[in-house]
Amino acid sequence: MFEPILTRNIHRPNSEKIATYLAHGGYAAVKLALTKTPDELIEMVKRSGLRGRGGAGFPAGVKWGYMPKGAGIQKFVAVNTDEGEPGTFKDREIVERDPHQVIEGVIIAAYAVGASRAYVYIRGEFFLGVKRWIKAIADAYEYGFLGRNILGSGFDLDMSVHRGAGAYICGEETAMLESLEGKRGNPRLKPPYPAQAGLFGLPTLVHNIETLACIPHIVERGPEWFASIGTAESKGPKIFSVSGHVNRPGNYELPLGVTLREIIYEHAGGIRGGRELKAVIPGGASTPMLTASQIDVPMAYETLKAAGSELGTGAIVVLDVTTCMVETARRLTKFFAHESCGRCTPCRIGSQRLYETLDRIESGKGTMDDIDRAVELARGIDGITFCPMGAMLVNPARSAIQHFRPEFEYHILNKHCLVCKSKERNYG
Amino acid sequence: MRNPQSAIENPKSRAMLLAALYIAQEQYGWLNPEAIRRVADRLNLTEGQVRSTASFYTLFKLEPQGRYRIQVCEGLSCYLVGGAEPMMDFISKKLKIKPGETTPDGKFTLEVVECLAACDLAPALKVNDELYGQMTAEKIDALLEELRNV
Ligand SMILES: Cc1cc2nc3c(=O)[nH]c(=O)nc-3n(C[C@H](O)[C@H](O)[C@H](O)COP(=O)(O)O)c2cc1C
Ligand code: SF4
Ligand code: FES
Repeated sequence: MFEPILTRNIHRPNSEKIATYLAHGGYAAVKLALTKTPDELIEMVKRSGLRGRGGAGFPAGVKWGYMPKGAGIQKFVAVNTDEGEPGTFKDREIVERDPHQVIEGVIIAAYAVGASRAYVYIRGEFFLGVKRWIKAIADAYEYGFLGRNILGSGFDLDMSVHRGAGAYICGEETAMLESLEGKRGNPRLKPPYPAQAGLFGLPTLVHNIETLACIPHIVERGPEWFASIGTAESKGPKIFSVSGHVNRPGNYELPLGVTLREIIYEHAGGIRGGRELKAVIPGGASTPMLTASQIDVPMAYETLKAAGSELGTGAIVVLDVTTCMVETARRLTKFFAHESCGRCTPCRIGSQRLYETLDRIESGKGTMDDIDRAVELARGIDGITFCPMGAMLVNPARSAIQHFRPEFEYHILNKHCLVCKSKERNYG
Repeated sequence: MRNPQSAIENPKSRAMLLAALYIAQEQYGWLNPEAIRRVADRLNLTEGQVRSTASFYTLFKLEPQGRYRIQVCEGLSCYLVGGAEPMMDFISKKLKIKPGETTPDGKFTLEVVECLAACDLAPALKVNDELYGQMTAEKIDALLEELRNV
Protein backbone atom coordinates (compact mmCIF):
# COMPACT_ATOMS: atom_id res chain seq x y z
CA MET A 1 0.00 0.00 0.00
CA PHE A 2 1.37 3.40 -1.01
CA GLU A 3 1.86 5.75 1.92
CA PRO A 4 0.96 9.40 1.16
CA ILE A 5 3.92 11.71 1.56
CA LEU A 6 2.97 15.16 0.32
CA THR A 7 -0.52 14.97 1.80
CA ARG A 8 0.35 13.07 4.95
CA ASN A 9 -0.45 16.06 7.17
CA ILE A 10 -3.45 17.62 5.53
CA HIS A 11 -6.11 15.66 7.37
CA ARG A 12 -4.73 16.50 10.80
CA PRO A 13 -6.52 19.19 12.79
CA ASN A 14 -4.77 22.57 12.39
CA SER A 15 -2.55 21.07 9.72
CA GLU A 16 -1.62 24.54 8.47
CA LYS A 17 -0.03 25.59 11.76
CA ILE A 18 3.69 25.55 12.35
CA ALA A 19 3.23 23.74 15.68
CA THR A 20 1.47 20.86 13.92
CA TYR A 21 4.11 20.75 11.25
CA LEU A 22 6.94 20.71 13.82
CA ALA A 23 5.19 18.07 15.92
CA HIS A 24 5.32 15.72 12.94
CA GLY A 25 8.96 16.12 12.07
CA GLY A 26 8.71 19.39 10.13
CA TYR A 27 11.81 21.47 9.33
CA ALA A 28 14.12 18.53 10.05
CA ALA A 29 15.00 18.49 6.36
CA VAL A 30 16.16 22.12 6.48
CA LYS A 31 18.48 21.33 9.37
CA LEU A 32 19.88 18.41 7.42
CA ALA A 33 20.19 20.37 4.19
CA LEU A 34 22.16 23.16 5.84
CA THR A 35 24.84 20.61 6.77
CA LYS A 36 25.33 19.77 3.08
CA THR A 37 26.94 21.81 0.33
CA PRO A 38 24.76 23.43 -2.33
CA ASP A 39 26.30 21.16 -4.98
CA GLU A 40 25.46 18.06 -2.95
CA LEU A 41 21.83 19.18 -2.79
CA ILE A 42 21.64 19.89 -6.52
CA GLU A 43 23.09 16.45 -7.14
CA MET A 44 20.49 14.86 -4.85
CA VAL A 45 17.62 16.53 -6.68
CA LYS A 46 19.08 15.43 -10.01
CA ARG A 47 19.40 11.83 -8.81
CA SER A 48 15.84 11.83 -7.45
CA GLY A 49 14.46 12.24 -10.97
CA LEU A 50 11.96 14.89 -9.76
CA ARG A 51 10.26 16.69 -12.64
CA GLY A 52 8.29 19.93 -12.38
CA ARG A 53 4.66 19.51 -11.31
CA GLY A 54 3.47 22.82 -12.79
CA GLY A 55 2.67 21.25 -16.15
CA ALA A 56 5.83 21.15 -18.24
CA GLY A 57 7.59 18.32 -16.40
CA PHE A 58 11.10 19.73 -16.71
CA PRO A 59 13.74 17.96 -14.54
CA ALA A 60 14.08 20.05 -11.37
CA GLY A 61 17.73 19.25 -10.67
CA VAL A 62 18.73 20.26 -14.18
CA LYS A 63 17.00 23.60 -13.69
CA TRP A 64 18.84 24.11 -10.38
CA GLY A 65 22.07 23.39 -12.24
CA TYR A 66 21.31 26.18 -14.76
CA MET A 67 21.37 28.80 -12.02
CA PRO A 68 24.68 30.65 -12.17
CA LYS A 69 27.02 29.80 -9.32
CA GLY A 70 28.72 32.14 -6.90
CA ALA A 71 27.77 34.64 -4.27
CA GLY A 72 28.49 37.73 -6.39
CA ILE A 73 25.07 37.95 -8.06
CA GLN A 74 21.71 38.41 -6.42
CA LYS A 75 19.41 35.45 -7.17
CA PHE A 76 15.78 34.70 -6.49
CA VAL A 77 13.34 31.84 -6.07
CA ALA A 78 9.82 32.43 -7.43
CA VAL A 79 7.11 30.18 -6.06
CA ASN A 80 4.26 29.52 -8.45
CA THR A 81 0.88 29.25 -6.67
CA ASP A 82 -1.10 30.68 -9.54
CA GLU A 83 -3.00 27.44 -10.22
CA GLY A 84 -5.62 28.22 -12.83
CA GLU A 85 -5.53 25.28 -15.25
CA PRO A 86 -9.18 24.17 -15.30
CA GLY A 87 -9.63 20.91 -13.42
CA THR A 88 -6.60 21.48 -11.19
CA PHE A 89 -7.05 22.11 -7.46
CA LYS A 90 -4.03 20.51 -5.80
CA ASP A 91 -2.02 23.66 -5.13
CA ARG A 92 -4.95 25.32 -3.41
CA GLU A 93 -5.17 22.39 -1.00
CA ILE A 94 -1.39 22.40 -0.39
CA VAL A 95 -1.22 26.11 0.54
CA GLU A 96 -4.37 26.03 2.58
CA ARG A 97 -3.47 22.92 4.53
CA ASP A 98 0.30 22.50 4.57
CA PRO A 99 2.15 25.67 3.60
CA HIS A 100 5.16 24.90 5.80
CA GLN A 101 6.06 21.88 3.70
CA VAL A 102 6.46 24.26 0.74
CA ILE A 103 8.39 26.84 2.77
CA GLU A 104 10.77 24.09 3.80
CA GLY A 105 11.26 23.20 0.13
CA VAL A 106 11.82 26.87 -0.73
CA ILE A 107 14.50 27.29 1.95
CA ILE A 108 16.38 24.24 0.72
CA ALA A 109 16.10 25.28 -2.93
CA ALA A 110 17.22 28.84 -2.16
CA TYR A 111 20.20 27.59 -0.18
CA ALA A 112 21.16 25.20 -2.99
CA VAL A 113 21.11 27.85 -5.73
CA GLY A 114 22.34 30.73 -3.54
CA ALA A 115 19.15 32.81 -3.64
CA SER A 116 18.63 35.43 -0.97
CA ARG A 117 14.99 36.19 -1.61
CA ALA A 118 11.89 34.15 -2.40
CA TYR A 119 8.76 35.62 -3.94
CA VAL A 120 5.50 33.74 -3.66
CA TYR A 121 3.04 34.52 -6.43
CA ILE A 122 -0.46 33.39 -5.54
CA ARG A 123 -3.61 33.47 -7.59
CA GLY A 124 -5.71 36.49 -6.57
CA GLU A 125 -8.82 34.39 -6.08
CA PHE A 126 -7.15 32.26 -3.38
CA PHE A 127 -8.10 34.45 -0.46
CA LEU A 128 -7.71 31.78 2.20
CA GLY A 129 -4.46 30.70 0.55
CA VAL A 130 -3.10 34.26 0.79
CA LYS A 131 -3.92 34.37 4.49
CA ARG A 132 -2.33 30.97 5.07
CA TRP A 133 0.83 31.95 3.19
CA ILE A 134 1.22 35.19 5.13
CA LYS A 135 0.73 33.51 8.50
CA ALA A 136 3.02 30.59 7.66
CA ILE A 137 5.82 32.89 6.50
CA ALA A 138 5.48 35.08 9.59
CA ASP A 139 5.71 31.99 11.81
CA ALA A 140 8.69 30.62 9.91
CA TYR A 141 10.48 33.95 10.57
CA GLU A 142 9.59 33.78 14.23
CA TYR A 143 11.03 30.29 14.58
CA GLY A 144 14.22 31.31 12.81
CA PHE A 145 13.65 29.33 9.60
CA LEU A 146 13.58 32.55 7.57
CA GLY A 147 15.51 35.79 7.92
CA ARG A 148 19.13 36.31 8.94
CA ASN A 149 21.52 33.48 9.74
CA ILE A 150 18.99 30.66 9.50
CA LEU A 151 19.57 28.12 12.30
CA GLY A 152 23.04 29.55 12.81
CA SER A 153 24.16 28.49 9.34
CA GLY A 154 25.06 31.94 8.06
CA PHE A 155 22.48 31.55 5.28
CA ASP A 156 19.96 34.41 4.90
CA LEU A 157 16.61 34.21 3.16
CA ASP A 158 13.69 36.61 2.96
CA MET A 159 10.29 35.57 1.67
CA SER A 160 7.16 37.52 0.78
CA VAL A 161 3.75 36.96 -0.77
CA HIS A 162 2.41 38.68 -3.88
CA ARG A 163 -1.16 38.39 -4.92
CA GLY A 164 -2.05 37.99 -8.59
CA ALA A 165 -5.26 39.57 -9.78
CA GLY A 166 -7.14 37.24 -12.09
CA ALA A 167 -5.23 36.28 -15.24
CA TYR A 168 -4.60 32.64 -16.14
CA ILE A 169 -1.58 33.51 -18.25
CA CYS A 170 0.27 34.78 -15.16
CA GLY A 171 0.84 31.10 -14.27
CA GLU A 172 3.25 30.95 -17.21
CA GLU A 173 6.59 31.61 -15.56
CA THR A 174 7.73 34.66 -17.51
CA ALA A 175 4.28 36.27 -17.37
CA MET A 176 4.40 35.65 -13.63
CA LEU A 177 7.72 37.51 -13.44
CA GLU A 178 6.25 40.45 -15.36
CA SER A 179 3.31 40.49 -12.96
CA LEU A 180 5.65 40.34 -9.96
CA GLU A 181 7.34 43.43 -11.40
CA GLY A 182 3.97 45.19 -11.35
CA LYS A 183 3.24 44.99 -15.06
CA ARG A 184 0.69 43.45 -17.40
CA GLY A 185 1.21 39.69 -17.50
CA ASN A 186 2.55 39.32 -21.02
CA PRO A 187 4.96 36.38 -21.40
CA ARG A 188 8.57 37.14 -22.29
CA LEU A 189 10.41 35.54 -25.14
CA LYS A 190 12.65 32.63 -24.07
CA PRO A 191 15.65 32.44 -24.06
CA PRO A 192 16.82 33.99 -21.88
CA TYR A 193 15.28 31.58 -19.40
CA PRO A 194 14.39 32.77 -15.90
CA ALA A 195 17.45 30.93 -14.53
CA GLN A 196 19.58 33.28 -16.66
CA ALA A 197 17.57 36.51 -16.51
CA GLY A 198 14.39 36.35 -14.45
CA LEU A 199 12.88 38.74 -11.96
CA PHE A 200 14.33 42.26 -12.39
CA GLY A 201 16.67 40.70 -14.91
CA LEU A 202 18.36 38.52 -12.29
CA PRO A 203 18.66 34.71 -12.17
CA THR A 204 15.44 33.24 -10.83
CA LEU A 205 14.49 29.67 -10.03
CA VAL A 206 10.78 29.20 -10.72
CA HIS A 207 8.89 26.24 -9.30
CA ASN A 208 5.40 25.03 -8.79
CA ILE A 209 4.57 24.46 -5.13
CA GLU A 210 3.98 20.72 -5.50
CA THR A 211 7.51 20.41 -6.90
CA LEU A 212 8.87 22.35 -3.92
CA ALA A 213 6.85 20.20 -1.49
CA CYS A 214 8.80 17.15 -2.72
CA ILE A 215 12.18 18.66 -1.81
CA PRO A 216 12.20 18.16 1.99
CA HIS A 217 11.35 14.47 1.52
CA ILE A 218 14.10 13.97 -1.05
CA VAL A 219 16.61 15.48 1.39
CA GLU A 220 15.36 13.52 4.37
CA ARG A 221 14.71 10.13 2.85
CA GLY A 222 17.24 10.31 0.06
CA PRO A 223 17.02 10.57 -3.72
CA GLU A 224 17.11 6.77 -4.13
CA TRP A 225 13.96 6.42 -2.07
CA PHE A 226 12.22 9.04 -4.25
CA ALA A 227 13.43 7.43 -7.46
CA SER A 228 12.18 4.03 -6.28
CA ILE A 229 8.63 5.36 -6.61
CA GLY A 230 7.12 5.61 -10.08
CA THR A 231 8.21 4.53 -13.55
CA ALA A 232 11.36 4.76 -15.67
CA GLU A 233 10.98 8.45 -16.50
CA SER A 234 8.43 9.58 -13.93
CA LYS A 235 9.57 9.49 -10.33
CA GLY A 236 7.95 10.12 -7.01
CA PRO A 237 4.48 10.75 -5.63
CA LYS A 238 1.96 12.92 -7.46
CA ILE A 239 -1.24 14.61 -6.37
CA PHE A 240 -4.01 13.87 -8.85
CA SER A 241 -7.01 16.22 -8.77
CA VAL A 242 -10.06 14.25 -9.88
CA SER A 243 -13.34 15.94 -10.83
CA GLY A 244 -16.30 15.62 -13.17
CA HIS A 245 -18.58 12.60 -13.21
CA VAL A 246 -17.03 10.62 -10.36
CA ASN A 247 -18.52 9.60 -7.05
CA ARG A 248 -15.69 11.00 -4.94
CA PRO A 249 -14.04 14.02 -6.54
CA GLY A 250 -10.92 15.15 -4.71
CA ASN A 251 -7.14 15.13 -4.54
CA TYR A 252 -5.49 11.73 -4.46
CA GLU A 253 -1.81 11.32 -3.83
CA LEU A 254 -0.49 8.22 -5.58
CA PRO A 255 2.75 7.05 -7.11
CA LEU A 256 3.35 8.16 -10.69
CA GLY A 257 2.60 5.25 -12.98
CA VAL A 258 -0.72 4.35 -11.35
CA THR A 259 -3.29 3.66 -14.06
CA LEU A 260 -6.06 6.05 -14.90
CA ARG A 261 -8.47 3.17 -14.33
CA GLU A 262 -7.31 2.64 -10.76
CA ILE A 263 -7.63 6.35 -9.98
CA ILE A 264 -11.13 6.64 -11.41
CA TYR A 265 -12.64 3.36 -10.23
CA GLU A 266 -10.81 2.65 -6.97
CA HIS A 267 -9.83 5.98 -5.51
CA ALA A 268 -12.48 8.33 -6.91
CA GLY A 269 -15.24 5.77 -6.39
CA GLY A 270 -16.21 5.15 -10.02
CA ILE A 271 -18.67 6.97 -12.23
CA ARG A 272 -21.71 8.69 -10.79
CA GLY A 273 -24.92 6.75 -11.13
CA GLY A 274 -22.94 3.73 -12.36
CA ARG A 275 -22.96 5.21 -15.85
CA GLU A 276 -20.51 4.35 -18.55
CA LEU A 277 -17.30 6.26 -19.08
CA LYS A 278 -16.88 8.22 -22.29
CA ALA A 279 -13.66 10.21 -22.13
CA VAL A 280 -11.03 11.51 -19.72
CA ILE A 281 -8.93 14.64 -19.70
CA PRO A 282 -5.82 13.32 -17.94
CA GLY A 283 -3.69 16.35 -17.08
CA GLY A 284 -5.76 19.53 -16.93
CA ALA A 285 -7.84 21.34 -19.52
CA SER A 286 -4.93 21.90 -21.89
CA THR A 287 -4.03 18.23 -22.30
CA PRO A 288 -5.57 16.13 -25.11
CA MET A 289 -8.47 13.97 -24.01
CA LEU A 290 -8.38 10.19 -24.05
CA THR A 291 -11.25 7.79 -24.74
CA ALA A 292 -12.69 5.22 -22.35
CA SER A 293 -10.72 2.49 -24.13
CA GLN A 294 -7.43 4.14 -23.16
CA ILE A 295 -7.76 4.22 -19.38
CA ASP A 296 -5.29 1.44 -18.69
CA VAL A 297 -2.56 3.95 -19.42
CA PRO A 298 -0.17 4.53 -16.51
CA MET A 299 -0.21 8.14 -15.33
CA ALA A 300 3.38 8.97 -16.19
CA TYR A 301 5.05 11.51 -18.47
CA GLU A 302 6.28 8.97 -21.04
CA THR A 303 3.22 6.70 -21.14
CA LEU A 304 0.73 9.53 -21.53
CA LYS A 305 2.85 11.02 -24.28
CA ALA A 306 2.81 7.66 -26.07
CA ALA A 307 -0.99 7.60 -25.69
CA GLY A 308 -1.23 10.97 -27.41
CA SER A 309 -1.68 13.16 -24.35
CA GLU A 310 0.34 14.63 -21.49
CA LEU A 311 0.62 14.40 -17.73
CA GLY A 312 0.29 18.19 -17.43
CA THR A 313 -0.74 19.07 -13.88
CA GLY A 314 -2.19 15.58 -13.27
CA ALA A 315 -5.72 16.97 -13.09
CA ILE A 316 -8.19 14.35 -14.26
CA VAL A 317 -11.61 15.38 -15.55
CA VAL A 318 -13.92 12.40 -15.99
CA LEU A 319 -16.66 12.56 -18.63
CA ASP A 320 -19.43 9.97 -18.73
CA VAL A 321 -21.70 9.03 -21.64
CA THR A 322 -24.06 11.92 -20.99
CA THR A 323 -21.34 14.42 -21.95
CA CYS A 324 -21.48 16.32 -25.21
CA MET A 325 -17.96 16.40 -26.63
CA VAL A 326 -18.67 19.37 -28.88
CA GLU A 327 -19.76 21.36 -25.86
CA THR A 328 -16.72 20.17 -23.90
CA ALA A 329 -14.38 21.38 -26.64
CA ARG A 330 -16.34 24.62 -27.04
CA ARG A 331 -16.28 25.44 -23.34
CA LEU A 332 -12.56 24.78 -22.91
CA THR A 333 -11.68 26.74 -26.05
CA LYS A 334 -13.79 29.63 -24.83
CA PHE A 335 -11.72 29.65 -21.67
CA PHE A 336 -8.42 29.78 -23.55
CA ALA A 337 -9.68 32.40 -26.01
CA HIS A 338 -10.67 34.54 -23.06
CA GLU A 339 -7.33 34.05 -21.31
CA SER A 340 -5.08 34.73 -24.32
CA CYS A 341 -2.91 37.67 -23.30
CA GLY A 342 -3.35 39.09 -26.79
CA ARG A 343 0.31 39.55 -27.52
CA CYS A 344 0.55 37.42 -30.65
CA THR A 345 -2.00 37.13 -33.46
CA PRO A 346 -2.27 33.33 -33.93
CA CYS A 347 -3.22 32.93 -30.29
CA ARG A 348 -5.40 36.03 -29.96
CA ILE A 349 -7.32 35.80 -33.24
CA GLY A 350 -6.91 32.06 -33.84
CA SER A 351 -8.37 31.06 -30.48
CA GLN A 352 -11.32 33.37 -31.05
CA ARG A 353 -11.98 31.91 -34.53
CA LEU A 354 -11.64 28.39 -33.20
CA TYR A 355 -14.12 29.15 -30.45
CA GLU A 356 -16.59 30.71 -32.90
CA THR A 357 -16.35 27.67 -35.16
CA LEU A 358 -17.03 25.27 -32.30
CA ASP A 359 -19.83 27.49 -31.06
CA ARG A 360 -21.49 27.39 -34.49
CA ILE A 361 -21.31 23.59 -34.55
CA GLU A 362 -22.58 23.27 -31.01
CA SER A 363 -25.56 25.52 -31.58
CA GLY A 364 -26.57 23.65 -34.74
CA LYS A 365 -25.53 26.40 -37.15
CA GLY A 366 -22.37 24.74 -38.43
CA THR A 367 -21.60 23.28 -41.82
CA MET A 368 -19.51 20.19 -42.60
CA ASP A 369 -16.62 22.46 -43.62
CA ASP A 370 -16.49 23.80 -40.08
CA ILE A 371 -14.96 20.58 -38.74
CA ASP A 372 -12.02 20.81 -41.14
CA ARG A 373 -11.87 24.55 -40.52
CA ALA A 374 -11.41 23.86 -36.80
CA VAL A 375 -8.64 21.35 -37.50
CA GLU A 376 -7.00 23.82 -39.87
CA LEU A 377 -7.22 26.66 -37.36
CA ALA A 378 -5.65 24.44 -34.70
CA ARG A 379 -2.77 23.60 -37.06
CA GLY A 380 -2.27 27.29 -37.74
CA ILE A 381 -1.97 28.16 -34.05
CA ASP A 382 0.13 25.26 -32.77
CA GLY A 383 3.87 25.82 -32.70
CA ILE A 384 4.06 29.40 -33.92
CA THR A 385 3.01 31.35 -30.88
CA PHE A 386 5.14 33.43 -28.55
CA CYS A 387 4.52 31.19 -25.51
CA PRO A 388 3.28 27.58 -25.03
CA MET A 389 -0.33 28.79 -24.64
CA GLY A 390 -0.92 28.39 -28.38
CA ALA A 391 0.10 24.72 -28.38
CA MET A 392 -2.02 24.13 -25.29
CA LEU A 393 -5.22 25.83 -26.37
CA VAL A 394 -5.72 23.71 -29.50
CA ASN A 395 -5.71 20.42 -27.59
CA PRO A 396 -9.35 20.23 -26.45
CA ALA A 397 -10.75 20.92 -29.94
CA ARG A 398 -8.23 18.82 -31.78
CA SER A 399 -8.52 15.76 -29.53
CA ALA A 400 -12.33 15.96 -29.39
CA ILE A 401 -12.54 15.99 -33.18
CA GLN A 402 -9.97 13.22 -33.46
CA HIS A 403 -11.82 10.87 -31.12
CA PHE A 404 -15.44 11.95 -31.55
CA ARG A 405 -15.77 13.27 -35.11
CA PRO A 406 -19.16 11.54 -35.67
CA GLU A 407 -20.57 13.56 -32.79
CA PHE A 408 -19.54 16.80 -34.48
CA GLU A 409 -21.14 15.58 -37.71
CA TYR A 410 -24.32 14.66 -35.90
CA HIS A 411 -24.56 18.18 -34.50
CA ILE A 412 -24.23 19.66 -37.97
CA LEU A 413 -26.63 17.28 -39.73
CA ASN A 414 -29.33 17.26 -37.06
CA LYS A 415 -28.84 20.79 -35.74
CA HIS A 416 -28.90 19.52 -32.18
CA CYS A 417 -26.96 17.36 -29.81
CA LEU A 418 -26.87 13.60 -29.52
CA VAL A 419 -26.57 13.51 -25.75
CA CYS A 420 -27.42 16.90 -24.25
CA LYS A 421 -31.05 16.01 -23.64
CA SER A 422 -30.01 13.79 -20.75
CA LYS A 423 -27.99 16.57 -19.12
CA GLU A 424 -28.52 17.06 -15.40
CA ARG A 425 -30.77 19.98 -14.59
CA ASN A 426 -30.70 20.93 -10.94
CA TYR A 427 -32.03 24.44 -11.03
CA GLY A 428 -35.64 25.33 -11.68
CA MET B 1 17.52 47.91 -15.28
CA ARG B 2 15.16 46.04 -17.56
CA ASN B 3 13.08 48.99 -18.58
CA PRO B 4 15.02 52.22 -18.93
CA GLN B 5 12.03 53.94 -20.55
CA SER B 6 9.94 53.55 -17.43
CA ALA B 7 8.83 56.67 -15.63
CA ILE B 8 10.50 55.34 -12.52
CA GLU B 9 14.12 54.71 -11.66
CA ASN B 10 13.60 51.82 -9.34
CA PRO B 11 11.76 48.82 -10.82
CA LYS B 12 11.06 47.57 -7.33
CA SER B 13 8.75 50.47 -6.61
CA ARG B 14 6.70 49.56 -9.67
CA ALA B 15 6.55 46.03 -8.25
CA MET B 16 4.24 47.44 -5.59
CA LEU B 17 1.62 48.32 -8.18
CA LEU B 18 -0.68 45.30 -7.82
CA ALA B 19 -0.58 45.54 -4.04
CA ALA B 20 -1.32 49.27 -4.23
CA LEU B 21 -4.25 48.67 -6.56
CA TYR B 22 -5.71 46.15 -4.13
CA ILE B 23 -5.46 48.67 -1.30
CA ALA B 24 -7.02 51.43 -3.39
CA GLN B 25 -9.81 49.14 -4.53
CA GLU B 26 -10.52 48.18 -0.95
CA GLN B 27 -10.77 51.86 0.02
CA TYR B 28 -12.88 53.11 -2.88
CA GLY B 29 -14.85 49.95 -3.68
CA TRP B 30 -13.57 50.13 -7.25
CA LEU B 31 -10.73 51.77 -9.14
CA ASN B 32 -12.33 55.12 -9.83
CA PRO B 33 -10.31 57.94 -11.44
CA GLU B 34 -9.27 59.28 -8.06
CA ALA B 35 -8.01 55.87 -6.95
CA ILE B 36 -6.00 55.53 -10.16
CA ARG B 37 -4.56 59.03 -9.74
CA ARG B 38 -3.52 58.42 -6.15
CA VAL B 39 -1.83 55.11 -6.98
CA ALA B 40 -0.02 56.75 -9.89
CA ASP B 41 1.20 59.62 -7.70
CA ARG B 42 2.31 57.35 -4.94
CA LEU B 43 4.37 55.05 -7.18
CA ASN B 44 5.59 57.74 -9.53
CA LEU B 45 3.87 56.20 -12.55
CA THR B 46 1.61 57.80 -15.13
CA GLU B 47 -2.15 57.31 -14.83
CA GLY B 48 -2.01 55.59 -18.22
CA GLN B 49 0.49 53.03 -16.95
CA VAL B 50 -1.65 52.32 -13.90
CA ARG B 51 -4.88 52.04 -15.87
CA SER B 52 -3.31 49.87 -18.56
CA THR B 53 -1.92 47.45 -15.98
CA ALA B 54 -5.13 47.37 -13.95
CA SER B 55 -7.21 46.61 -17.04
CA PHE B 56 -5.17 43.45 -17.69
CA TYR B 57 -6.40 41.82 -14.49
CA THR B 58 -10.00 40.75 -14.02
CA LEU B 59 -9.95 41.25 -10.26
CA PHE B 60 -9.34 44.96 -10.68
CA LYS B 61 -12.62 46.72 -11.25
CA LEU B 62 -12.75 49.84 -13.34
CA GLU B 63 -16.50 50.18 -12.74
CA PRO B 64 -18.56 50.45 -9.57
CA GLN B 65 -19.39 47.12 -7.95
CA GLY B 66 -22.19 45.84 -5.78
CA ARG B 67 -21.51 45.14 -2.12
CA TYR B 68 -21.62 41.41 -2.82
CA ARG B 69 -19.97 40.18 -5.99
CA ILE B 70 -21.44 36.79 -6.83
CA GLN B 71 -18.99 34.95 -9.08
CA VAL B 72 -20.38 31.86 -10.76
CA CYS B 73 -17.86 29.35 -12.11
CA GLU B 74 -18.43 28.35 -15.71
CA GLY B 75 -15.56 25.87 -15.81
CA LEU B 76 -15.96 22.40 -17.27
CA SER B 77 -16.06 20.48 -13.99
CA CYS B 78 -18.78 22.75 -12.61
CA TYR B 79 -20.73 22.47 -15.86
CA LEU B 80 -20.52 18.67 -15.80
CA VAL B 81 -22.33 18.46 -12.47
CA GLY B 82 -25.08 20.92 -13.24
CA GLY B 83 -23.38 24.24 -12.44
CA ALA B 84 -22.26 26.99 -14.82
CA GLU B 85 -25.03 28.49 -17.03
CA PRO B 86 -28.00 26.70 -15.40
CA MET B 87 -26.80 27.91 -12.02
CA MET B 88 -26.12 31.38 -13.41
CA ASP B 89 -29.63 31.51 -14.94
CA PHE B 90 -31.12 30.50 -11.62
CA ILE B 91 -29.34 33.27 -9.70
CA SER B 92 -29.94 35.74 -12.50
CA LYS B 93 -33.70 35.21 -12.22
CA LYS B 94 -33.64 35.57 -8.45
CA LEU B 95 -31.69 38.83 -8.55
CA LYS B 96 -33.35 40.09 -11.73
CA ILE B 97 -30.01 41.06 -13.26
CA LYS B 98 -27.86 39.61 -16.03
CA PRO B 99 -24.22 38.56 -15.67
CA GLY B 100 -22.08 41.70 -15.53
CA GLU B 101 -24.86 43.79 -13.98
CA THR B 102 -25.42 45.22 -10.50
CA THR B 103 -28.78 45.35 -8.70
CA PRO B 104 -30.26 48.89 -8.50
CA ASP B 105 -29.82 48.94 -4.71
CA GLY B 106 -26.09 48.34 -5.23
CA LYS B 107 -26.15 45.18 -3.20
CA PHE B 108 -25.29 42.46 -5.73
CA THR B 109 -23.09 42.22 -8.80
CA LEU B 110 -23.31 39.04 -10.85
CA GLU B 111 -20.19 37.78 -12.59
CA VAL B 112 -18.98 34.83 -14.65
CA VAL B 113 -15.63 33.40 -13.58
CA GLU B 114 -13.37 30.62 -14.79
CA CYS B 115 -12.35 27.52 -12.87
CA LEU B 116 -11.94 28.51 -9.22
CA ALA B 117 -9.69 25.52 -8.49
CA ALA B 118 -12.50 24.06 -6.42
CA CYS B 119 -13.65 21.45 -8.93
CA ASP B 120 -13.88 18.87 -6.16
CA LEU B 121 -16.59 21.09 -4.65
CA ALA B 122 -18.39 21.67 -7.95
CA PRO B 123 -20.67 23.38 -8.65
CA ALA B 124 -18.86 26.29 -7.07
CA LEU B 125 -19.30 30.03 -6.71
CA LYS B 126 -17.69 32.81 -4.76
CA VAL B 127 -19.17 35.77 -2.95
CA ASN B 128 -16.46 38.42 -2.65
CA ASP B 129 -13.53 36.41 -1.26
CA GLU B 130 -15.55 33.54 0.16
CA LEU B 131 -15.84 30.22 -1.67
CA TYR B 132 -19.09 28.21 -1.66
CA GLY B 133 -19.08 24.66 -2.98
CA GLN B 134 -21.53 21.87 -3.83
CA MET B 135 -24.26 24.39 -4.50
CA THR B 136 -27.87 23.40 -4.90
CA ALA B 137 -30.98 25.48 -5.54
CA GLU B 138 -31.78 25.36 -1.80
CA LYS B 139 -28.30 26.42 -0.74
CA ILE B 140 -28.32 29.31 -3.20
CA ASP B 141 -31.72 30.49 -1.92
CA ALA B 142 -30.49 30.36 1.65
CA LEU B 143 -27.29 32.20 0.78
CA LEU B 144 -29.08 34.99 -1.08
CA GLU B 145 -31.54 35.34 1.77
CA GLU B 146 -28.73 35.64 4.27
CA LEU B 147 -26.90 38.26 2.20
CA ARG B 148 -30.07 40.28 1.67
CA ASN B 149 -30.55 40.57 5.40
CA VAL B 150 -27.09 41.67 6.46
C1 LIG C 1 -0.29 29.17 -20.17
C2 LIG C 1 0.50 28.58 -19.04
C3 LIG C 1 -0.02 28.57 -17.76
C4 LIG C 1 0.70 28.03 -16.69
N1 LIG C 1 0.16 28.04 -15.44
C5 LIG C 1 0.86 27.53 -14.40
C6 LIG C 1 0.32 27.57 -13.08
O1 LIG C 1 -0.77 28.06 -12.84
N2 LIG C 1 1.08 27.05 -12.07
C7 LIG C 1 2.32 26.51 -12.28
O2 LIG C 1 2.97 26.08 -11.34
N3 LIG C 1 2.84 26.47 -13.53
C8 LIG C 1 2.15 26.98 -14.59
N4 LIG C 1 2.71 26.95 -15.84
C9 LIG C 1 4.07 26.39 -15.99
C10 LIG C 1 5.12 27.44 -15.68
O3 LIG C 1 5.39 28.19 -16.85
C11 LIG C 1 6.43 26.79 -15.25
O4 LIG C 1 6.78 25.79 -16.15
C12 LIG C 1 6.39 26.18 -13.86
O5 LIG C 1 5.91 27.09 -12.92
C13 LIG C 1 7.77 25.73 -13.46
O6 LIG C 1 7.73 25.03 -12.25
P1 LIG C 1 7.97 23.47 -12.18
O7 LIG C 1 9.25 23.19 -12.91
O8 LIG C 1 8.08 23.20 -10.72
O9 LIG C 1 6.80 22.81 -12.81
C14 LIG C 1 1.98 27.48 -16.93
C15 LIG C 1 2.50 27.48 -18.22
C16 LIG C 1 1.77 28.01 -19.27
C17 LIG C 1 2.37 27.99 -20.64
S1 SF4 D 1 0.63 32.56 -27.19
FE1 SF4 D 1 -1.19 33.64 -26.41
S2 SF4 D 1 -0.82 33.85 -24.23
FE2 SF4 D 1 1.19 33.37 -25.19
S3 SF4 D 1 2.08 35.36 -25.64
FE3 SF4 D 1 0.93 34.79 -27.48
S4 SF4 D 1 -1.10 35.76 -27.15
FE4 SF4 D 1 -0.07 35.75 -25.17
S1 FES E 1 -14.58 24.15 -12.92
FE1 FES E 1 -15.59 25.26 -11.37
S2 FES E 1 -14.11 25.23 -9.80
FE2 FES E 1 -13.06 24.19 -11.40
